[in-house]
Amino acid sequence: VTVPDLDSGTSPTAADMQEPWLRLDPRMLLVQPLVELFRALPILVPLVFFGRASNGGPPWSLIGAAIIVGRGCLIWVTTTYRVTAQHVQVRKGLLRRTTRTVPRDRIRTVDITAHPLHRVLGLARVAAGTGRSDRHEDEGITLDALTAAGAERLRELLLHRDNVQPDEVPAGQETAATLLARLDPGWVRFAPFTTSGFVTVLASAGVLWNVINEAHVDPTRVGPGPSIERHLRDAPVVVAATEVALTLLVLVTLASVVGYLLTFWGFRLERQPQGSLHVTRGLLTTRATTIEGRRLRGAELSEPLLLRAVGGARTLAITTGLRVGRGAERGGTVLLPPAPREVALTVAEAVLGNATPVRCRLRKHGVQAVRRRYTRALAGAGLLLALVALGWWAGAISSPSWWAALLAIPVALVLAADRARSLGHAWVDGTLVSRSGSLARRRVMLTTEGVIGCGLRSTWFQRRVGLVTLTATTAAGRQGYHVLDVPVPQAVGLAAAAMPAVVTSFLIAPDSAARMAR
Amino acid sequence: MCGGPEAHAPGRVKRVTQPAGLQLRPPAHRVSRTAVWYWAARAAMLWVVVIGAEVAWLVASHEHRTAQVAVLAVSSAVGLAHLGVMPQWRYRIHRWEATPDAVYTQSGWFTQERRLAPISRIQTVDSKRGPLSQLFGLSDVTVTTASAAGPLVIEGLDKAVAEALVAELTATAQAAPGDAT
Repeated sequence: VTVPDLDSGTSPTAADMQEPWLRLDPRMLLVQPLVELFRALPILVPLVFFGRASNGGPPWSLIGAAIIVGRGCLIWVTTTYRVTAQHVQVRKGLLRRTTRTVPRDRIRTVDITAHPLHRVLGLARVAAGTGRSDRHEDEGITLDALTAAGAERLRELLLHRDNVQPDEVPAGQETAATLLARLDPGWVRFAPFTTSGFVTVLASAGVLWNVINEAHVDPTRVGPGPSIERHLRDAPVVVAATEVALTLLVLVTLASVVGYLLTFWGFRLERQPQGSLHVTRGLLTTRATTIEGRRLRGAELSEPLLLRAVGGARTLAITTGLRVGRGAERGGTVLLPPAPREVALTVAEAVLGNATPVRCRLRKHGVQAVRRRYTRALAGAGLLLALVALGWWAGAISSPSWWAALLAIPVALVLAADRARSLGHAWVDGTLVSRSGSLARRRVMLTTEGVIGCGLRSTWFQRRVGLVTLTATTAAGRQGYHVLDVPVPQAVGLAAAAMPAVVTSFLIAPDSAARMAR
Repeated sequence: MCGGPEAHAPGRVKRVTQPAGLQLRPPAHRVSRTAVWYWAARAAMLWVVVIGAEVAWLVASHEHRTAQVAVLAVSSAVGLAHLGVMPQWRYRIHRWEATPDAVYTQSGWFTQERRLAPISRIQTVDSKRGPLSQLFGLSDVTVTTASAAGPLVIEGLDKAVAEALVAELTATAQAAPGDAT
């Protein structure tokens, strides 16, 4: 049973029917087939090879390319959209026509991206996000592509519906925005301390390996391959290993720096006069994300271990309509790229409009929570050692690696100490603050309006020492934010503070609690 | 609450057995008594598959006899213990309550969870009857909010109770204003 009241906005009214349907910009016909071709390269490359091998057969690669180009053209023919007083509607599909209707007041974020081909032709892709992330299918709408100016107008229309008509956007309004942060080129020094470079190198290696396999090329026989191979084989093991490690380090550093510049070049975070946050960034592919200010539910300070070691941090937005790490919305929540910690704190303050949740000291979770960090880390290390010991006993692992596995214990101890140090929470100015983690330490600041439910979860081990993990559920960001291993009375206190009307009637006095021994 | 870190004395620590201070009481209503059999049947189906596979291995191959028998013995023991303990334990834990303001559930056994959602944030209320729960005349009620994390699920309700609950929640949720995000 769907609660009808909440969905009443999805059926178009008679007035809506008057609005004409619009098409995407025809110049997308020049872009779309090329993009589709590029995406289909992994399929096309083998087709080219097979086509050449079976001499005289049909030109499969050409047929494949034609299908892909045709599909790109069909998208333009079949896709139409309109913005009515109440709704945004997108119709698409050839055989299976679908009409997606999104009530305009549900739109929380608008994301405008333009890759280099788009930019050459003055086009941009518009994606609007709604807060209905409970549904399995993506409820947002995507228009690929409109003219850059048209995309801007649509953004204004969708987000600032109350006061602006599309044709009469005052010219000076954009300049009235307040600048909250802009890229300092020096921040690129933080790039090597993120995982992005490593991921890029890993992914490129995968692609390269695939191509080499497809083309049946032996890398030790082509170009500089033979001399490299000979050198590595003749050099002592230590020298060879150092050389390989250094090469990898240089590659990873280069990839991360290039990646940082590509993604965050020209980064600006602005607050627009209507209160929305506006993020623009990108060197080749530009991206402009607008987050409706009223829908911002908080901010997240992300300090992964390596980045923290060099005094850096990132700031992310917690907002409905932008789920963390999800498809096209990925990266849309970035309010500040890796930057000095102080800048990240300042941005979080500016966005929340309050410094206290960002700066305040956190309440520790007590000695039992600390002890759990050590037990869990050591249990993990113990499991690893047991597996290695089993392998050694079965004769699969030699004894030097058995000794190397002992390193897991000090590593586990250091991680546990850091995790214990991170753990903390606070309730200040109607904001729930929770910090945890080591390799990916996060400080989450979630405002009360964003909390739409809570959960208290405990394993048998946690109950034994009076701890519980509190989850504040929300329609924004990660959908649920945890306060890890907090003593029960504190957890209940937090829940009661976040949702007094809901929790109060289920509270019991401390003395009667003592009688209810479980 | 934003004070300094709680001072914890170094050295020996007294174990906390019953935390003092604020506590939540459990929800008011138990689920149907029949749910014990439903959970037992559900777990039994899983164990029949596991033990069946192990018996098949025993029949098919005559190597590693000791290992085969050991694995079968251990999983039979674990299975029996699971069937003996889990349903009763669950029955003692699984509880629910719906007030004009909130829905409150408690579930689990080894890992237990309490969930609270304000009525005003409810988006959908569904009742579901799988083949196994139909056999026992039971229904599950699922209450979702705008958050993708954690719908509230009440397992093993009597069919009539579930229908009444769905009707009640749908009515109260409709009366609540706002778009629940």
